[in-house]
Amino acid sequence: MGVMKRLTGIVQAKANKALDRVEDPRETLDLSYEKQIEQLAQVKRGVADVATARKRLELQAQQLQSTAAKLQDQARQALAQQREDLAREALSRRAGISTQLEGLKTQHDQLVQQEQKLIVTTQTLQARVESFRTQKETLKASYTAAQAQTKIGEAVSGISESMSDTGMAMQRAQDKIASMQARAGAVEELLASGALPDMTGSSDPLQAELDKTSQQSQIDLELAQMKGALAPPPPSGALGAGTSSEPDTVADDASPGEVVDAPHAASNPSAPDAAPAEAATRPADGQGGPPGGAPAEELFSLGEQAAQQ
Amino acid sequence: MIVRILGEGQYELGGDPLEELEELDAKLLHKIEAGDEPGFHEVLNKAFEKVRGSGTPVDLSRIVPSDLTLPQPDASLEEVRELLASEDTGEA
Repeated sequence: MGVMKRLTGIVQAKANKALDRVEDPRETLDLSYEKQIEQLAQVKRGVADVATARKRLELQAQQLQSTAAKLQDQARQALAQQREDLAREALSRRAGISTQLEGLKTQHDQLVQQEQKLIVTTQTLQARVESFRTQKETLKASYTAAQAQTKIGEAVSGISESMSDTGMAMQRAQDKIASMQARAGAVEELLASGALPDMTGSSDPLQAELDKTSQQSQIDLELAQMKGALAPPPPSGALGAGTSSEPDTVADDASPGEVVDAPHAASNPSAPDAAPAEAATRPADGQGGPPGGAPAEELFSLGEQAAQQ
Repeated sequence: MIVRILGEGQYELGGDPLEELEELDAKLLHKIEAGDEPGFHEVLNKAFEKVRGSGTPVDLSRIVPSDLTLPQPDASLEEVRELLASEDTGEA
């Protein structure tokens, strides 16, 4: 038998199985109507699910954008510090994010396509369910006529076919969404754990150095400003927190050695210590990025990580 | 004759196209068995063209079973193969 004929049998049998158990064809009509109503609700839920998945991707893209903007800022900072090597590193990471954004865009396009398909499916199904409701009553009313029995049989086969077609369309959409969500979930985990921006900081000494030197030069700048503005210097703990990422090297590199109290700050990473460090990194990092929450969070995570190491 | 394109809808066809569809059907089976994905899509696309071009869409209010069924236009060979395989497991 040809493929096309076999497919017809398979598709009809899929939904027929649920309807076969009913003895009275009139009940079969009612049951298949109920099944269609159920299916309609499922498809509507499906549309909502795709929309949720799409919005999730959009949110992730925004987060990646923020990270990219931040890396660009870091590259600028590095260049300002005459560290082209670090700038290069930051930009290459930024390129990596750009690749990920491209991947997200492909997924997003596919989701939009699925969403549109499901919306059309919902409309089609809605129309069919309404039309079936009136037809089944007509068929039931004329059930005694022998001809009507054949018609009922045909209607049931026809509706079974439509239902499994819709069911398959739903299944395909769900499969696609599931695989996309798995991938999107991986990106989300990276973002949530801070691994995406901080992978940078923790696994790469160059990036750590950039963070450190940029923090340090900002602290030097603040120090200079404070020295200029005030006669007595502020408590040393605040300054120490900012340089606490690498206490040893900081102590070696820092020019105003007497104010660097890094070992003390590292052993006491309390809130008052951490706050000025964040404030110190904020102005430079915030330059390019939007004023939303995401860049700020990334700043926080970098600061915390530096304090932990 | 009623032909369904999965995920798309039903079309009513009459006259000559039927022979051509049967020919395409035989080729399609051959491509599936050979695992020839490009050939599979080529044959399938011809079938879609024929059905859409020669057929008229069946009104939604008409509830009729199909005589022939074509896979979803974006279905892969593997997907169709799996669907055909469900014939054995599904009806057991």
